[in-house]
Amino acid sequence: MTQKRPLEGVRIVDLTVVWAGPFATMLMADLGAEVIKVENVHVWQPMTRGAMARPPAMLLKIAAAWGGGTPNDEPGDRPWNYNPTFVSLYRNKKSMTTDIRTEAGKAVFRKLVAVSDVVYENNATGTLEKLGITYDWLREANPNIIFVRVPAYGSTGPYYNARALGVHLEAVMGHQLLKGYADADPSHGTAIFSGDYMAGAQGAFAVMAALRQRRKTGRGQLIEIGQAENASPMFTQAIMDYALNRRVQTTIGNRDLNGCAPSGVYPAKSPGTAVEQLDRWIAISVETDAGWLALCDEMGNPGWAADSRFATNDGRLAAHDELDQQIAAWTREHDDYELTHRLQARGVAAMPVLEASRMFDDPQLRSRGFFRAQRIENGQTYEFVGPVWQMPATPVEFYQGPVALGEHNGYVYKTLLGYTDAEYDALLAAGEIGMDYDANIP
Amino acid sequence: MQALDDITVLDLTQHIAGPYATKLMADYGADVIKVERPGGDIARRLPPFQGDTPDPEKSGTFFFLNSNKRSVVLDLATAAGRDAVAALVRKADVVVESFRPGVLDRLGLGWDFIQRERPGISLVSISNFGQTGPYRDYRLTDLTLYGFAGEMYSMGMTDREPTKMAGTASLFESGAAIAPALLATVMAAELNGEGQHVEIALAETHFGGVDRRHATAIAYQFSGRKTLRAAGAASGMPQGIYPCADGWVDFTNAALRPDRIDDMLGYADWLKEPDFVKARTRGNVPSPDVVEAWNANFLVWCLERTKREVWAEARRAKVMCGPLFTTQDLFEDEHFRGRGFWHEVSHAALGTVEMPGRPFILAEGGWELRRPAPLLGEHTVEVLREAGCSEATIATVLQEGAR
Repeated sequence: MTQKRPLEGVRIVDLTVVWAGPFATMLMADLGAEVIKVENVHVWQPMTRGAMARPPAMLLKIAAAWGGGTPNDEPGDRPWNYNPTFVSLYRNKKSMTTDIRTEAGKAVFRKLVAVSDVVYENNATGTLEKLGITYDWLREANPNIIFVRVPAYGSTGPYYNARALGVHLEAVMGHQLLKGYADADPSHGTAIFSGDYMAGAQGAFAVMAALRQRRKTGRGQLIEIGQAENASPMFTQAIMDYALNRRVQTTIGNRDLNGCAPSGVYPAKSPGTAVEQLDRWIAISVETDAGWLALCDEMGNPGWAADSRFATNDGRLAAHDELDQQIAAWTREHDDYELTHRLQARGVAAMPVLEASRMFDDPQLRSRGFFRAQRIENGQTYEFVGPVWQMPATPVEFYQGPVALGEHNGYVYKTLLGYTDAEYDALLAAGEIGMDYDANIP
Repeated sequence: MQALDDITVLDLTQHIAGPYATKLMADYGADVIKVERPGGDIARRLPPFQGDTPDPEKSGTFFFLNSNKRSVVLDLATAAGRDAVAALVRKADVVVESFRPGVLDRLGLGWDFIQRERPGISLVSISNFGQTGPYRDYRLTDLTLYGFAGEMYSMGMTDREPTKMAGTASLFESGAAIAPALLATVMAAELNGEGQHVEIALAETHFGGVDRRHATAIAYQFSGRKTLRAAGAASGMPQGIYPCADGWVDFTNAALRPDRIDDMLGYADWLKEPDFVKARTRGNVPSPDVVEAWNANFLVWCLERTKREVWAEARRAKVMCGPLFTTQDLFEDEHFRGRGFWHEVSHAALGTVEMPGRPFILAEGGWELRRPAPLLGEHTVEVLREAGCSEATIATVLQEGAR
């Protein structure tokens, strides 16, 4: 029997950019909320539908794949509808356009707010204020609105106005100094955006909590997610070690935080080089003495492994570098998946370090039907990564493909806000709304 | 009145991911009944310990993860333990568990049991790879989770091994993803008058997550291109992590606004070099020589300043930048102190300790610390009495729990 999805009937006005905001609204769309992206054909927001509206093909090719890898590396007619960095966060959402810099555009926006439950934004601090949009302004439009803001460092304090992506605020919370190679300086680290994951997931949670609160009190509210603070639980052990012992932790590379040894990422038999992106690696965590003995057994109990120093975890930890060399000499002769299955059969946590294209061949993901086919605006169908939860009675369906700019203008203006055909056609003809960015936007 | 104060969660999870999700529920008001096996949640054995001496009541990891929860020790393999858990199920709005697949059913406490004891509520099962499929029984750690399901492959240097995130960050990300599902499950059951057995695989929380994995996957589908493992330092104007007088600063993607970079650098003369001006016009791809020369100048500017001085200039000019803080820098920082990021907690075994407080601020019904993480079994008697267990059952449970 079909059940109602948990957020059915909740309408969310989506003013989000980059990743942390769009991930939150996507999770809520997956749970059944109607999420309406408010966009503007006259203004390009960098890092939201791509780096540029009309990127030269050459730039796409030299960009990292996840930044520039549009279909066939071509810009296409409307490149903003299929930038890989963003396209997979736009499922199950609707898109409308209005120019909220103008009074007329703001009036449209105000009408939309009046019939919605939540406004969610994560723009740089001050962006909405410059447009005259504040919590008070929203409350005038809708007294019970729930307004979510995601300032990098919060709306108060000396850093309130600091510009940041996830990578910058994670640096401040300690992540860059706590990850990476123990024997190389931090400039050898790659940018990471796990803080966007935290803020997105916890942002969806925060909205649901506020919806419950509103059910009890009849009132909406302002939610502030200081993104740096929000990311900090990822570093709980380091933070608590300082709080309890005044110890400053440093990176442990791929070793185990709790001191189980050996733990590492080892080379596997590879069809090619790292430059060709054909190198293969296997992650292995030995958690117990029994696990160590099982690993030795799989390695064929070589003479070196019988060393009495390795019988205890303490001994293995002290000799970790030596063990790493020996284990690598064994793993590099074998296929990563073959070793994974052999070690897992013996109770040892081992998994291939998957280059992204290989996930599409993984038997576990295939057996669970993880991927979902979605058609994008250029007419082609591709396999997208699936949902993060399985809810059998209220399933996460991919009911709307990655939304094209302005795809739902007709629905929002006419069905939702009551504009007449004539009024709508006039806005279209005047170029106030549409499905293309202004021709002069690069 | 807190937003979730009308929800009771029966929490059969342990370690990190499940408890982080139920901590969020508890911190915003839910009554989370944490069932621990005799001996306790394995997180009680995880460092850091106060004074570095292992003690189940002195783990900083457990302490952070279990604020606002009540602890009940039950041996689920015994008749009294099962009676007690049945009584707790009858008071719960949702049950969440992280046993290995099949274990809850073998204990006779699976989905059939929940439906029988308390029709209308949901069961949320958390597992490594899912309740089905060839990897159902495979083991998983923070390292192997991020390696397999997260974007580890492209983290690190091209000619070296891929590297993981800090600590057990990937397990906390999973916990953050579980929290909205838990709350949504409660809301769906209320809406429909019917429960469901929700399934969450830690691996899928990463395969479907936002930290570049979604993007590298679809980029491959679109273009056939893969993502190279590479560090970005000094590859743009500027780009990546640079040394400064007392540490490091991150300027990833700051070059998107060259006008602001010029402002940050005080419109220095060297910026007017024609090669640099041309290289930084929009859509232009500068030669590596020019990028290198520009970065040589930029590096000098960084090295003349501390990380806090660099960041202050960046903030003034609205340049995207982040200094690489140590935990000590963070702990002492006035901004976070002033905002109330740290929360002082009194705990029976640890004394007075500071820990990070609210992950987000609700104007109404928000984060509160009603009680610190529980001592092992601290609430067994209280909770079982509330649930209507007989004194005989409670006595037996206490005896079994002490084993």
